[in-house]
Parts: sequence; C-alpha cells; structure tokens
Amino acid sequence: MFNRIYAIAKKEVRELKRDKRMLLVLFGFPVFLLIVFGYAVNFDIYHIKTAVYDQDQSTLSRNFVSSLTSSKYFDLEGYVKDESKIQSLLDTRKAMCVIVFPKDFSKQFYSKQAVKIQILIDGVDANTASQVKGYLTAAVASYSQKIQAEVLAVERQNTYTPVDIHPAFWFNPELNSTVFLIPGLIVMILIITAVISISLSVVREKERGTIEHINVSPLSTLEMLIGKIIPYAIISLSIAAFILFAGFILFGTTVKGSFLLLFISTLIFLFASLMLGIIVSSVANNQQVAYQLAALTTLLPSTLLSGFIFPIESMPVFLQWITNLTPAKFFLVILRDIMLKGVGISAFWDQLVYLIIFALVLLSLSILIIKRQNAAQ
Amino acid sequence: MRIIYSIFIKELLQLKRDPRLFGIVFLAPVIQLILLGYAANMDVNTVHTAIFDQNKTETSRNFIRKFERSGYFEIDDYVDSYSQINNDINSGKVLWALVIPRDFSKDIQTRKPAPIQAIFDASNGSKTSIAFGYVSDIASNYAKNIMVQLADKTGRKIPVVGSIVPEIRVWYNPELKTRTFMVPNIMGIILVAIIAILMTMAIVKEREVGTLEQLIVTPIKPWQLIVGKTIPFILVGFVDVLIAIGVMVFWFGIGIRGSFVLLMFASTLFILSILGIGLFVSTVSKTQQQAMMVAQFGILLPMIYLSGFVFPIDNMPQWLQPITYLIPLRYYITILRGVILKGTSFIELLPEMGMLLLLGLLILFASVLRFRKRLG
Repeated sequence: MFNRIYAIAKKEVRELKRDKRMLLVLFGFPVFLLIVFGYAVNFDIYHIKTAVYDQDQSTLSRNFVSSLTSSKYFDLEGYVKDESKIQSLLDTRKAMCVIVFPKDFSKQFYSKQAVKIQILIDGVDANTASQVKGYLTAAVASYSQKIQAEVLAVERQNTYTPVDIHPAFWFNPELNSTVFLIPGLIVMILIITAVISISLSVVREKERGTIEHINVSPLSTLEMLIGKIIPYAIISLSIAAFILFAGFILFGTTVKGSFLLLFISTLIFLFASLMLGIIVSSVANNQQVAYQLAALTTLLPSTLLSGFIFPIESMPVFLQWITNLTPAKFFLVILRDIMLKGVGISAFWDQLVYLIIFALVLLSLSILIIKRQNAAQ
Repeated sequence: MRIIYSIFIKELLQLKRDPRLFGIVFLAPVIQLILLGYAANMDVNTVHTAIFDQNKTETSRNFIRKFERSGYFEIDDYVDSYSQINNDINSGKVLWALVIPRDFSKDIQTRKPAPIQAIFDASNGSKTSIAFGYVSDIASNYAKNIMVQLADKTGRKIPVVGSIVPEIRVWYNPELKTRTFMVPNIMGIILVAIIAILMTMAIVKEREVGTLEQLIVTPIKPWQLIVGKTIPFILVGFVDVLIAIGVMVFWFGIGIRGSFVLLMFASTLFILSILGIGLFVSTVSKTQQQAMMVAQFGILLPMIYLSGFVFPIDNMPQWLQPITYLIPLRYYITILRGVILKGTSFIELLPEMGMLLLLGLLILFASVLRFRKRLG
C-alpha cells in the first residue's frame, strides 16, 4: 500500500517539478497577495478630517480644537464661517466630522453650567463613524476634566471622580486592527492556493485521460487520493511557512503560541482544504469548471463568511449555519488564538475536531463520488 | 449600423440559449445581495462579559445592572478569581471582564475615587475600542448619578464647576448600522463579478471555439464587433442594477435619498468601465481558464480590497492609495453612498463621474487597440 502511495506522490512531485511556471505561481502569488492586500486590510482610523464651526472664538474653544488636532487622530480641515456650509462639507466628504461651539460656550462654562459641544459625524461608514464617535466622546470628557481640575485648583478645591476605570488591553495593547486581520488574509490565501492547485492537477489528468490508466491499475481510490494529497500538503505547508515569515517581516505579526501546535493545526486545515479541492475536481470534468468551482467555494466564503472581516456572531442564525461550510472559519479561530493570544490547545480543541470531521466527511464523500463515476464508466 | 444590430441579435440569441446564464444574470444578484447583505455586519451589539465582583454589595450589584440594562452587554460568567478571567478571555468566551474591587462600596460612601478594572481581549482592535467606548459611557453616567445623589443628600449644588458634554449627532445613518453602508457596496461588487466575467467569457469562448476567426474574416470592423458585443451586456447590467436596487429598497428597506435618474446614469458609466475591463481581460487571455484567473485575481480581489468596500481608503498607507485611483469601483461606491444615503447632487459627484468616464474610455480604447493588433 505504501509503495503505491509513494509512487503516486513521486509522480506528482515530478510533474510539479517540470511545471516551473506553476511552482513560481504557487509561491509568488501568495506573497504578492499578502503584500498588496495586507496593507489594505486596516480598520485603524487616523487623520480624521475635522471641520470646526466656532461661534464662541474663545480660548476655551480654541484650546479644545488644538488639543484635538495635535493628536494623530484628527486633522483640522478648516474653519466654517457659516452654518449652511456644514451640510455641504459632510455631503462632499471634505470632512468626516464637524465640531460646533455654541455662542456663549466659555461664558456659560465659567458661570458653572454644563455646556454642550455639538458634534456632527458622517455616519455613512458606520464602523468608522462608531470609532470616531468613541474618540470624540473620550476627548471631550478628558478635556472637561482637565479644565475642571484647573478651575478647582484656582479655587483651592479638590476634584472628585466617583469611579475611575483602569482598562487593560490584552494581546494587542495598541488596539491595532492589522494584527487581527492578517491571519484572516493568510487563511484566505492558503485555502485558495490549496484548493485550486490540487483540483486543477486532478482534472488535468481527467482531461488528458491519464486518470483512466490509474483507474485500471491496482491502485485503490484512497491510495490515489492520499498519494495526490501528500505532495500538495507539503507544498502548501511551505507556502504557509513562507507567508507567515513574510507577514512577520512586513507587518510584524508574530506567533505567540507554540509552533508545534501551529504546525499540526495547519496540517489538519490543509488536509481539509485539499479534500475540498478533491471534491471540486471529482465533480468537474474540465479545468475551466474546476477553476470556477474552486473559486466559488473558496474566494468569497473565505473572505466574507469566515469571520475574517465580518464577525460571525453578528450574522443571522441561518447564515451562521452556512458559515460551517468553509474550513476557513475554524482555522481562523485557531490561527488567531495561536498567533495573537498564544493560548494552548484547550482554547480551540473543538475547532480542531470540527476541521477533522470536515476533512473526513469530505474524504468519504469524494471516495463515494469517484467510485460511482468509475462504476458508471 | 445593420452590422452592429445583427451582432447584437446574435449575442442575445446566444445568451437566451444558455439556460445557466439566466440564473447567473437574474437570480445570482438577488441571492448574493441578500446573503452578503446579512453577512456584512460589523455592528457591535452584544459584548460578551465576565464579572469579577469582589465587593458583592448592593452598590456593586447596582453598578453591574447598569451594564445589563444598557442592551450592549451580555453577562456570560460570574467569576471569583483572576485565573477564571484568564480562562474566559483565552477561550474567547468573553470579550472583556469587569473587576470590581473589594472596597468599591466603601470608596463610594467615603467619597474616594473607586478604581475599576476592565480587562479586554484586544485581539480585535476595532471591536475592542468600540466596546471600551460603551464601557466608559456607562461608567461616566454612573459617576454622574452618584454626584447628583450626593448633591441631593448634602444639599450642596453640584456641579461646583462648569462641565463640557458632547452632543453627538450622526448624519445619514443615525443608528450607525453597517448594513446600510454595506448593501450599496455589495451591489457594486456583484455588478463587477457578473458583468465583467460574462463579457470576458463571451469573447474568449468565441476565440476558443474558433468562431472569432470566422467573424474576423467577414467585412465586420473590430469596433463594430465590439460595440455589437457590448450592447447586450450593457442591457444585462442595467437589468442587474434595477434588480439590485429593488432588493435594496424592498428587502433591506434602504431608501434612495437622491435622484434615481442620477443613480442610473452613474451606473451606466460604471457598467461601461467594467465592460471595458472585461474586454481588456479577454484580449490578454487565450483560454477561458486564463481569463477566469485574471478576472478573479486581477479584478475581483483588488475590487474587494482596494475600493474602500470594507477597508476605508483613508486608512491605507500613502503608497497604496494612488493605486486605488485606478479602480472604477472606488468611484462608483462613493457615488452609490452619496446618492443613496446622503442624497448628494449631480454637481457634487461630478469628479467621480468624470473619473469613471475617463477610466471607461481609456480601457475601452486600449482594448480596441489590442483587439486590432491581435487580429493582425
């Protein structure tokens, strides 16, 4: 049995060696994707375009604006002289937010009243807008406290804040979004290359008719599948290592957890993905259909349904159920756990079990399909 | 004119004969828009929470209730040690843990600042910063209440100083729903996925089958061939836009604030530009498989990542931003968001429409040129 598997694997490696262009594509393409899209996947918001409509023109209002715009988060786009201009600023996206100081802003504040700063935010991009809203709420609160402390210090009174929050941000103290998104990109790249490469290789044999030679040989379906998968698993593993390294060089994404766990779970994930590719190739009769199916089962699901960009828990239940159809979903949890949190297997063993079940179901399904096809011939 | 017309008729007949195409053209946009519309949701609605209450008094329970009642938090676990917090966060069960110290109620009574610990799993940076916003909001409201109570008790007027409070108004999308913002974008992506790929395939298929050469030896000029072949796809694109708008308005209930005519006009420009891209891809690929590869990775992926579809262009590094200017979807998305969500006028969108037209003409021109060369 092992001899026959070895023979198939050897044949597959020879074929790959001969196809230098394919090898170049297999290694070059993932890195290219990582470089171009790795810089694009980013929810960190800096340089928010801010306009100011200052009806008060006092030191109090000017100080707030300068404290805001001296941070890297807010950029002052300009002052508005007229209320009617605000609308067009937001309409044309020249400003993301407009800060409006009322007329007696400082007078009211120093007469010990609560004064309002009106803030208008362009809410079209809800994700960005919620973060901008959060920044501005915090900025106003801290400015208010600072000024209150100054006033009280002059009047020789003590400040008192009843509750004082001390936040601790684990795993990612800078709240940087790239480190969270890069694993998703890695998963997407890995599944695309794995599924497409193996399905094209199987279908090519179908197109050339060499698969029939294999069928009449004493090789069993399982042996053939394993023989085909092994070389691609090794290649995909090296691609995985390659892009992890590239991710470290380019984006500083490190692996906090154990490399052995990473290795084992990557292997299981690749096995599941390659099985997906085998299924695709057993359904498809020519390379074009195989390619279309491969793209359909990997490209959009791994981007949109894996939890890479959109959190699965925010989806409606029927859609959450559909997300189970992509192995990317499970591996993404594992990868984030190992890379970002550095936690052990106890945190994600269930995901590993899902992946194994997923792979085994696909394996038996593809053996079934192939056997039926052979019987029909 | 008659030549163009007959190619147009031939193309329509071919479209009609392919039963799969009907599904791709008319059903796919509906299904994709509905599915993706539900998937594309980044709203942080339920923040999973663990509570470590060391104080266990009426005061601390009162404080915890504020979180429960806010609607944002779901308390999944009450713990009594830091190691349990560790477990809950590591396993991803909760996003954060609230630690209330032993002296919480005493501090509040004796008017000392009570320190509260909030431990976050910050691996998802943007989600955490939104959740932290909710937490600080609730804590500061609670603090305000205490001050008011104190004022009532002591009879002293508080605030003894003025205070500044933000009054935030969110325009266009006051509930800050990501879906409202995503559905128009998905409409753009689906148009690209369907129309650009159909166009590419229509030409590459003829080349593979060999009928393109037959067409070439007839007296038909290349531009006539291209015009005749693109018109049916412009129509298909138009129908798809109408279908997508229908789903958006009637299924998701996102109304169009601006002018419908303007929306259709801009969509025509966009369809032209992606048909141009489809044509261009067909001139650079020999087989359908190659065409698919180029269309998926050269067109679809950049359109998803570099158009501002999910990842704001303003967040990208300076060197990457110029590349996004070459992506028609970038302008179309701006137009869609403008017309649908803001009700932006024609004049304000002139630059975007100009760029769409320019890109469309350039790519169409380039593909006609390449087309001619390949014929020679």
